[in-house]
Amino acid sequence: MTLDERQKEIIDDFAIYDDWMDKYEYIIELGKDLPQIAADKKTNDRLIEGCQSKVWLDFAYEDGKMKYSADSDAIITKGIIGLLIRVLNDASPEEIVKSEMYFIDEIGLREHLSPTRSNGLLSMVKRMKMTALQALSKA
Amino acid sequence: METTAKRKFNVREIREDFPALRQLIYGKSLIYFDNGATSQKPQFVLDAINKYYSKDNANIHRGVHLLSQRATTEYEDARKTIAQYINAKTSDEVIFTKGTTDAINLVAFSFGELLTAGDEIVISAMEHHSNIVPWQMLCERKGLTLRVIPINKHGEIIQEEYEKILSKKTKLVAITQISNTLGTINPVKEMIAKAHAVGAKFLVDGAQSIQHMQIDVRDLDCDFFVFSGHKVFGPTGIGVLYGKEALLDKMPPYQGGGDMIQKVTFDRTTYNELPYKFEAGTPHIAGAICLGKAFEYLNQFDLEAIKAYENELLDYAQDLLLTFEDMILVGDSKKKTSVVSFNVEGVHPFDMGTLLDKQGIAVRTGHHCTQPLMDFFKIPGTVRASFAFYNTKEEIDVFIAAVERSINMLK
Ligand SMILES: Cc1ncc(COP(=O)(O)O)c(C=O)c1O
Repeated sequence: MTLDERQKEIIDDFAIYDDWMDKYEYIIELGKDLPQIAADKKTNDRLIEGCQSKVWLDFAYEDGKMKYSADSDAIITKGIIGLLIRVLNDASPEEIVKSEMYFIDEIGLREHLSPTRSNGLLSMVKRMKMTALQALSKA
Repeated sequence: METTAKRKFNVREIREDFPALRQLIYGKSLIYFDNGATSQKPQFVLDAINKYYSKDNANIHRGVHLLSQRATTEYEDARKTIAQYINAKTSDEVIFTKGTTDAINLVAFSFGELLTAGDEIVISAMEHHSNIVPWQMLCERKGLTLRVIPINKHGEIIQEEYEKILSKKTKLVAITQISNTLGTINPVKEMIAKAHAVGAKFLVDGAQSIQHMQIDVRDLDCDFFVFSGHKVFGPTGIGVLYGKEALLDKMPPYQGGGDMIQKVTFDRTTYNELPYKFEAGTPHIAGAICLGKAFEYLNQFDLEAIKAYENELLDYAQDLLLTFEDMILVGDSKKKTSVVSFNVEGVHPFDMGTLLDKQGIAVRTGHHCTQPLMDFFKIPGTVRASFAFYNTKEEIDVFIAAVERSINMLK
């Protein structure tokens, strides 16, 4: 699936729900399924700033693809990073650097997040792109 | 507004006074439980803002023309209203500032100029950042020491520790009358007497208490009392520093050097230096006038009736919250105002706050600008519901149902 197709899938998923509580239910479920980062990798250099909750993001670069794992002490935050990972996992660093996360606006998530959480979301996207750049420079 | 005969306390009628309460949030009636952060404004204050800018707007203390006189009179009348409300000896002891933070910074600078290396400032472990950081900056600037009185697990200042910390070196004690995070009411009157016994001055951070209790600065015998207008049904950007006249007289000005001081030097006696010495530049005229109106609004009520009602809300909410499994109330002092800070084991406060918001309920989550206090309780933050006299038990019922739904989703 291309990144566009993956974003389309999320947009379609969200379109089913009218009520934001249902959308959050979905986000929370996603949080519970998130690929877990290993406990010993929850270090400060993997911590993302800008969130009221803590987020750790780890990545591996294998066979030209990025593999992400993450965790947060807040489940909604976990779900949100889960959405990002669903789009960007197994993509090439080049694709990730170029990508536009338009699904966030399309599903109306950004306007539903508090400014702190919205900043946190931007920090997560930025960090994922940085890791892709890192992988490229090492490659 | 007529203030002699007190208005009967009727929450339905009071709610009518606050237009912001009549709105839908995500299609649900707004339930505003974030009164610790800021209060909503009554129509009476909103009308005054409108009237000021549409009819009286002029710069004060400077014009011969009628508008300027009118604005000046209203500005000074507001000062008198506030002075009376807090029972200051004269209105010269009431200095308009931008708010609590600004007032504390003023004292930290100006009173701080009178201090020398080795002197000590005392605060408590439950202070708001704005009653911590200005003192840290002062200590750095002047080589002073900051001492922190510890608290117990109920969220109360440990008085024995306070007494131990007090010494001849103590020059100022700065304590919040009510904790914004826990709702604890601190026994400031007794603490003030103890500070005075060692010759120290005392600043009361009244940011939270001004909304909830009758303030009498002379009965407290505090040397400074500071608060923000926006937390007491007035506008943002305006607040008050009350200080004892003799003390304020001794303190050098804080800001702006130029205008006001020259004018003071040429035109005024020493007595007249206050309060203008501390109000450099064009002040927030509309803010001050409308803060006066907020107190006029409050003056119609019997504050004891308000307090009793708010306590009822607090007890009601706490009892219902405690029926949830794994509910932890943070701060369970016997002496509290209508603030309830809580956590549910296994639920991040940020998640709870987000889901409550989606259900139309405004609470605050996080550290509430009291990070050292969060460190003490070893938590990242709390969910805080803070009630005002326009809140109702029906709203608390909706809130409790929303908390239940959120817990079910999050656990
Ligand atoms: C106890 C306390 N002190 C100080 C402040 C700071 O007030 P402001 O931000 O209005 O200056 C607050 C506001 O949250 C407070 O609750």
